[in-house]
Amino acid sequence: MADTIGLGPDQIYRDNLESGEFKIQQCADCEKYVFYPRHLCPHCGSSSLLWKSASGRAQVYSTTVARRRPDRGGDYNVCIVELEEGPRMTSRVEGIDPDQVTIGMALRHAIADGGDAGPFIVFNPDNSGEA
Amino acid sequence: MRGKTAIVGAGLSEFGEVPGWGHFELMAQAVERALDDAGLKKNDIDGVFAALSPAGLVSATVSEYLGLHPKVLEGTMLGGSSFINFVQWAALALDAGLCEVALITYGSNARSGGRRPGGMVPTPYEAIYDMRLVNGYALAAARHMHQYGTTRVQLAEIAVAARGWAAKNPKAMVRDALSIDDVLSARMVSDPLTVSDCCLITDGAGALIMTRADRAKDFPNKPAYVLGVAADASHDQIAQMEDLTVTGAARSGPRAYEMAGMGPSDMDVLELYDAFTINTLLFLEDLGFCKKGEGGGFVEGGHIAPGGGLPVNTNGGGLSCVHPGMYGIFLLAEAVEQLRGTAGARQIDGAETALVHGNGGTLSTQVTAILGTENTL
Repeated sequence: MADTIGLGPDQIYRDNLESGEFKIQQCADCEKYVFYPRHLCPHCGSSSLLWKSASGRAQVYSTTVARRRPDRGGDYNVCIVELEEGPRMTSRVEGIDPDQVTIGMALRHAIADGGDAGPFIVFNPDNSGEA
Repeated sequence: MRGKTAIVGAGLSEFGEVPGWGHFELMAQAVERALDDAGLKKNDIDGVFAALSPAGLVSATVSEYLGLHPKVLEGTMLGGSSFINFVQWAALALDAGLCEVALITYGSNARSGGRRPGGMVPTPYEAIYDMRLVNGYALAAARHMHQYGTTRVQLAEIAVAARGWAAKNPKAMVRDALSIDDVLSARMVSDPLTVSDCCLITDGAGALIMTRADRAKDFPNKPAYVLGVAADASHDQIAQMEDLTVTGAARSGPRAYEMAGMGPSDMDVLELYDAFTINTLLFLEDLGFCKKGEGGGFVEGGHIAPGGGLPVNTNGGGLSCVHPGMYGIFLLAEAVEQLRGTAGARQIDGAETALVHGNGGTLSTQVTAILGTENTL
């Protein structure tokens, strides 16, 4: 049976990241996008969730500077990002000082190396000027 | 459910800094005091409602520690709001005749034991970003400031008001004067929240005894009747919260009011779960004391401080009185004191109704309870 059931959505998400792809789910029934990956659509309850490549475009919904002593790595950014497709995710913005991250800032995704925790999504400011 | 059960006993352990005492030792001290308060013996307890962070078989551990074989065991872990939630389930269990005397209890040596709060299971979609509990609340505060122009000074008003109440409570852990400038210039923890926008980390325990209303007057002290109680969950990880400026209190509150047959203007005293200053502001809005987005202006000028228009967090709150990881039981204990008229210098004259609002996780679980004196039945 395991062959026909396949892997769970969390593992599929992680495997996609390992392959360098940022994919999120879209519900085949209500057409809404879903993150984090689930077996049931949190909007309509459907189990027909399809994998779609995320555009990687996003904006900052809220942001904070997590203060940390310099000898423990210094301050870092924690934010909630709203993906162009709609869902939000916890993340961080890299490439600028954490206190320069502002709500509404346009972002592009990147895949970061989490070591043993595996790859994960971070964002950088989108300076391309494209909407 | 309205008026069918009551809190007839309440006890707090020594709290603040209590070195050399474990979670269950503090809890047992609170239970001892609650039983004394109610004039009951420990073997009268036949329902145990308890939670601890991190979760274990806590209600079984409490029963073992006290040497009880309760007929009803409940331990649903909702974070700090668990204890307001227990009021709902204890009321139902008592009303259904499943038990006669319900104990709701909590204890923690979070301060002296060196265990930081937030001992919940981290979700994989947050942990990788080193997301701490305070960061989630900071994100909510930042969003409220962005959306409604709320200021750090307005958030500081909430900390200053709590300290004003603490100054009137001889048991509050921190009672020295606090100014808005003090809050603003305190060490930043997670922008825009400084350490003075954050609750204390203390030791402490609380215990409450509940019975059916038909026997509530047989106990030595004035009962606090349960008039309404309702819960809501909007998310676990805060990135999944639909709107960071609207908590589940906007849903639990109206349902609790409906059960009580009352509204915000009927509330004499408010005990709101202030793990951070932003909590108080969000709950004042969501529970209908001001419009969404107007909480900042509402708290200005000492409006919720002693002598202001609306008494909020009269013990000094989690910000200045006590907060050992989970604070919910202390909200209830303060409401009971106010309704009995035994709160000393901080007593609200003629308090007949109290709104108690609990929060858990990262604004995740919200439980509202409305308590009242015999006159409100």
